Amino acid sequence: MTKLEKNDRLVRLGLLMIALSAISVLAIITLFIFEQGTPIMFRYGFKSFLLGQDWYPSEKSFGLLPMIVGSLMVTFGALIIGVPLGLASAIFLTEFSHRRLTRILKPVIELLAGIPSVVYGFIGLMFLVPFIRDNFGGPGLSVLAASLILGIMILPTVISIAIDSIRAVPDSYREGSIALGATRWQTVRMVVLPAARSGIIAGIILGMGRAIGETMAVIMVAGNAADIPGSILAPVRTLTSNIALEMAYASGEHREALFATGVILFIIIMILNTIANVTSTRQRKK
Amino acid sequence: MKQRGILVRDFSHYYGETRSLNNINLDVYRNEILGIIGPARSGKSTFLACLNRLNDLIPGSRVEGKILVDDQDIYGPEVDVVALRRKLGMVFATPVPLPLTIYENIVFGVRLLGNNNRRELDRIVEDSLEKAGLWAEVKDRLHTSALKLSGGQQQRLCIARVLALKPQYIMLDEPTSGLDPISTMKIEDSLRTLKKDYTIILVTNNTKQAARVADRTAFFLMGELVEIDETPVVFTRPSDKRTEAYLEGKFG
Repeated sequence: MTKLEKNDRLVRLGLLMIALSAISVLAIITLFIFEQGTPIMFRYGFKSFLLGQDWYPSEKSFGLLPMIVGSLMVTFGALIIGVPLGLASAIFLTEFSHRRLTRILKPVIELLAGIPSVVYGFIGLMFLVPFIRDNFGGPGLSVLAASLILGIMILPTVISIAIDSIRAVPDSYREGSIALGATRWQTVRMVVLPAARSGIIAGIILGMGRAIGETMAVIMVAGNAADIPGSILAPVRTLTSNIALEMAYASGEHREALFATGVILFIIIMILNTIANVTSTRQRKK
Repeated sequence: MKQRGILVRDFSHYYGETRSLNNINLDVYRNEILGIIGPARSGKSTFLACLNRLNDLIPGSRVEGKILVDDQDIYGPEVDVVALRRKLGMVFATPVPLPLTIYENIVFGVRLLGNNNRRELDRIVEDSLEKAGLWAEVKDRLHTSALKLSGGQQQRLCIARVLALKPQYIMLDEPTSGLDPISTMKIEDSLRTLKKDYTIILVTNNTKQAARVADRTAFFLMGELVEIDETPVVFTRPSDKRTEAYLEGKFG
């Protein structure tokens, strides 16, 4: 074996170790969560976790349904707000704005992703919560407040990925459509968006993953009552909030139940990511 | 006397500061096939883009002079660009079916006009595919993806798609550059048939193709129109040395 070949092997081995260590961290986290969280689920039965409505850890009542519903409501709300806004921005920035304007605006939007979530939460608490309380009623700390804040927080994800997939649509499609007498908007609606659809969907699902995982901003504006919210003005507690709020003082079965919360969150996020991967590979196959 | 369809007068086009077409003067007669030949970057494609104002899409594009299509100044203030693009249908070098079914590709432009009558659309689809010489090959799979067709079929689909709009002019930009000889022959055959009902402008890199199908041929070089005449004249007794050199393969 020559010296160069030996070198190559060493580099390969080194990189392999680094890659494996990154993957093993993920594996260890997964194992740890499941190891800590699943025993209690077997002890009390999955049904009591998934469908139980009462969360009274001191009385051995570990119903997570309010939190599951809460997470889904808040996430869905974030999508209702974030997706139309994000998609419209992406369409404007790729198809209608001046190129120079896009060059300025896109980094600004991406900067939104760099703002710490506690700042979003703080702004929500100072302005949004009182605004909702005064104008719509209720305590202000609510599903609506959390959805609005999360909707803004997922914008950078949705916009960047939508821009990338709209840009990936070949210009020849646009020319072809316009040469057939379509207007710009008709071209976007009937040709560009359908062609970019899978990428856009993948972006939305990643945004959804971000929304469901977000903790700090939600804790600050959602009110955190462990009940199924009766309206969008009622307070709500999400799965992530549940863990963050109680982990500091929890022990014994209470602590295990919080890990079980993590298991359920983990499974929900895995499902979303799988959907994202499947949709984006299906696009490539086409 | 042949009827003039398109009149180009003192026409120049710029991309930013670069002049891509310089003072072009030519006429296109009705129901002829006008071949446009010339080396790469000679302005042939730009010329087509100027005729249906696809050049509007390019930032920094600017024109001087006049183009009259059916006596209408197409750079005038009251021009309906969408209607103009329907009147001058365009077929590109690379066949670009939209990512839709064969059927939907053909009716795309028709639907834009708000025509959604199923029976009428069916008739338009059959009629256009028939004229483009593709009907027999695809009639059993109209509702499958157009992207699954072969290159030659895709190109004929693009021609059919243009025909569905009932244009008066068909402009083709090197329509057979990526195709095999048999597909090329099929497309040339359809062009000869289409000439009866349409005026055709054919940009081609393949001078033999112009010799085979064009009634008249124009030679472009570096943004200038070097000469335009009956095809046999251009090919056997060109009046300009540069034309002769190009046809003999000395440059380009």
